[in-house]
Amino acid sequence: MSAVRTPRLSGSARRLLVHGGFTAIAILYVGVLVVAPLIGIAWAALRSGLSTWTATLTQPDVVHAYVLTGIITAITVVVSTVLGVVVALVVARDRFPGRSLVSASVDLPLAVSPVIVGVMAVLLFGRGGWFEPWFAARGIQILFAVPSMVLVTIFICIPFVIREVVPVLQELGVSEEEAASTLGASSWQTFFRVTLKNIRWGLLYGIALTTARAIGEIGAVLIVSGSITGKTETATLYILRAFDQNQDASGYVVALTLALVSIALLVGIEVFKRREERELRT
Amino acid sequence: MARWGLRGTALLYLGLMIVLPTVVVVARGFGSGLSAFRDALTTPGAREAIILTVFLAAVTAVINVVFGTELAYVLVRYRFPGRRLLSTIVDIPFAIPTLVTGVMLRALYGPISPVGAFLGRHGIQVIFAQPGILLALLFVTLPLVVRTVQPVLLELDETEEEAARVLGASRWLTFRRVVFPKLRPGIVAGGLLAFARALGEFGAVVIVSGNIIGKTLTAPVLITQLINGGKPEDAAAVATLLFGLSFVLVLVTERLLPTGRKEAS
Amino acid sequence: MSTPIRVEGLSKRFGDFEAVRGVTFTAEAGSITALLGPSGSGKSTVLRVIAGLDAPTSGRIWMGDEEQTFKTVQERRVGFVFQHYSLFRHMSVEQNIAFGLSVRKVPKHDQRKRVDELLELVQLSGFRDRYPDQLSGGQRQRVALARALAPRPKVLLLDEPFGALDARVRQDLRRWLDDLHRELGVTSLLVTHDQDEALELANRVVVMHEGSIEQVGSPNEIYNDPATAFVAGFVGSASVLHGHVVDGHVQFGEHRVGGAGHLEEGAEARAFVRPHDVRVFADDRASGSLEATVERITTLGWLSRVMLRLPDGQVITAELPNDELEGVDLGARVWVDLRRARAFQARDAVTIAEPARVVAEG
Repeated sequence: MSAVRTPRLSGSARRLLVHGGFTAIAILYVGVLVVAPLIGIAWAALRSGLSTWTATLTQPDVVHAYVLTGIITAITVVVSTVLGVVVALVVARDRFPGRSLVSASVDLPLAVSPVIVGVMAVLLFGRGGWFEPWFAARGIQILFAVPSMVLVTIFICIPFVIREVVPVLQELGVSEEEAASTLGASSWQTFFRVTLKNIRWGLLYGIALTTARAIGEIGAVLIVSGSITGKTETATLYILRAFDQNQDASGYVVALTLALVSIALLVGIEVFKRREERELRT
Repeated sequence: MARWGLRGTALLYLGLMIVLPTVVVVARGFGSGLSAFRDALTTPGAREAIILTVFLAAVTAVINVVFGTELAYVLVRYRFPGRRLLSTIVDIPFAIPTLVTGVMLRALYGPISPVGAFLGRHGIQVIFAQPGILLALLFVTLPLVVRTVQPVLLELDETEEEAARVLGASRWLTFRRVVFPKLRPGIVAGGLLAFARALGEFGAVVIVSGNIIGKTLTAPVLITQLINGGKPEDAAAVATLLFGLSFVLVLVTERLLPTGRKEAS
Repeated sequence: MSTPIRVEGLSKRFGDFEAVRGVTFTAEAGSITALLGPSGSGKSTVLRVIAGLDAPTSGRIWMGDEEQTFKTVQERRVGFVFQHYSLFRHMSVEQNIAFGLSVRKVPKHDQRKRVDELLELVQLSGFRDRYPDQLSGGQRQRVALARALAPRPKVLLLDEPFGALDARVRQDLRRWLDDLHRELGVTSLLVTHDQDEALELANRVVVMHEGSIEQVGSPNEIYNDPATAFVAGFVGSASVLHGHVVDGHVQFGEHRVGGAGHLEEGAEARAFVRPHDVRVFADDRASGSLEATVERITTLGWLSRVMLRLPDGQVITAELPNDELEGVDLGARVWVDLRRARAFQARDAVTIAEPARVVAEG
């Protein structure tokens, strides 16, 4: 008589175990890799006490570092948004020879090390650089000054806007824009009244990513800025110097503030995403 | 008319911001001739740095491909409380400044922290050693893999899997023969992106590695040292090599998964 | 207020592909003209070129006395209704309808009045604050129509406006468009692949195929007097008989059917016969009638479709009211009288894109 072997666990119970196991692995990995360090820095920064906090945050070069980061970020966001939308429109909508080349190049700044971006800037604007004579003749300083820091940050951040806007544009198609043109709207009117409204969530998401990236930029600005304290030192450059000079406590404090700002941006991004989902669902 | 204005601006962007910097790096890198280029690359510190960078980037890519794909699968296919939170946490490395990442790892595994002290007693050194660099690279590249694989998973037609199971295939077999082949381009693309990113990582590594020549000095950090040390030509040579690698990786990834694929939430 | 549309020698090339070639026709002021044809016939392209959304490779366009060929979309002031509505998803119904007015800087007060007028016209008066995703397909299309009509265009262009809707909604909207047109009298050009729609709504029909015009005429002419084999096969259902021209008749096997007087003697020809033009008798009562065997009978409500096989193997389909089926049984030998056939030379008989339309082909 053949015996039917009954498994010890029923099919669905076994599946639940597998699911649970996989989920646990995922949570554990993320916990150790991502969450633990966050807890680490919170602990390190907070243990130094309130006095260290006030001392650090009122230091003139720290204040200046924050201000400089703010300025560079603001300029970057504005330029990246405008230029990013233009390039996105061309990549998503226009058909011309070489378009695929532009599309592939869009991702290049993302894949390239920021350090290389800094080297590029030095080779272009530094001593013996291709553009150096032109600027030197007019007394404009690019390298070791804010302009170069802004330029490299823009270079690094534009892809974020483009990558977020292009898929939205492609999914939307041109029919609403065509409808607007039949109703008499000029290209500008169509862009501002129809296109911009339709891409707004993707664009906001791209802007948020750009902001976070600009705040956190270190590799490229380290090379081009010369880290001149009080003049070309951003918040991130300050942190680097703090650890170099064994002022770990101040470093932790400023680092934690940047982490908090970034997480706040991330939360904002999540909110945008949820709003967008809600809009799409109704 | 508006179309040409737009096109012109886009092409100008391409020319000024992409083509020009690329050309200058390659030109200056090879500028002093091929032998100078080879010399620059084979100065003792440089060779070790490049090998170390490539090695660690590869290990990072492999580990995160495995765990990242697993994470993506869990996020897409399973429902559990806290799933949304997990998804948000996965995005944290995208938002946090890389330098802060290094600082966090230093805080957690440094000698002053209980964890670091505990590990130190058992002979495991994380900070100022390669494990620390690896952790930094894993942290920074995790969302890249997850968010590259996720959309591919989302677009999968589950009815094919159902058909396979109706025909008698076990879940594992279904995964191996129906799901995985479809996922493969996404997984490979994610791995390549992670590799490229890890190759060029600076902020997280510089704080955590101690930059010890021959031991924990990576190529990006080496480049900054060369530039700040007044050797732009040598820096350009190493940068060209790194750049060439990244460029090729971008092309391959674009072929596998073209831009326009919206990243999943 | 409404103007005629005239198109002359219109051609449009996309790379190597000629989507439209040498299209010339006139749509009279106040009429509805249908551009009818299968997919790929170029009809939508013609419409878009007239609207100015695409530029023609050659040809000229007039609306009334003004040439439009070189004017931009905005300057042409046409009303355009898209197949998938293309409503502005982030604007309310009111804002959608008012768009064409606000773009032209019409004062707010007048905008509001016009929107009210149109909402009433399209029977959506309570919907002004709704958003497109809160509307059904039929409602969206009505809003799209209102939006197109708001700036009082000279001409209304509709690109398969009901293509994306359920059959029932399509019927309702078709009737409604008919009424609307009667009331407004705007010259309209309607692109459709649905011949029922064209025949029901249009004053004139332009039948297109592979980029060229096959025939221009009234719905009656298109249906009863097809000028080419394509039109005969595409509009209404028809059986096709293959044969040769002998003495003004199409001869196949031992039989022949008239209507080939205009064709070359001896040439290969095709005869098109409509199912309701086929009389079937249980006995040989009329001379010259063809013998056939009943192969299949399908009853559809009050009529039946009878598939008949001729001695030479070709097949004809007849449609008869059920009370005329006396003696017409499966396998029975019957006699068939083809009252009206249209003959075309064989080289005209291009493959018809919608085989379902040709009921039987030998």
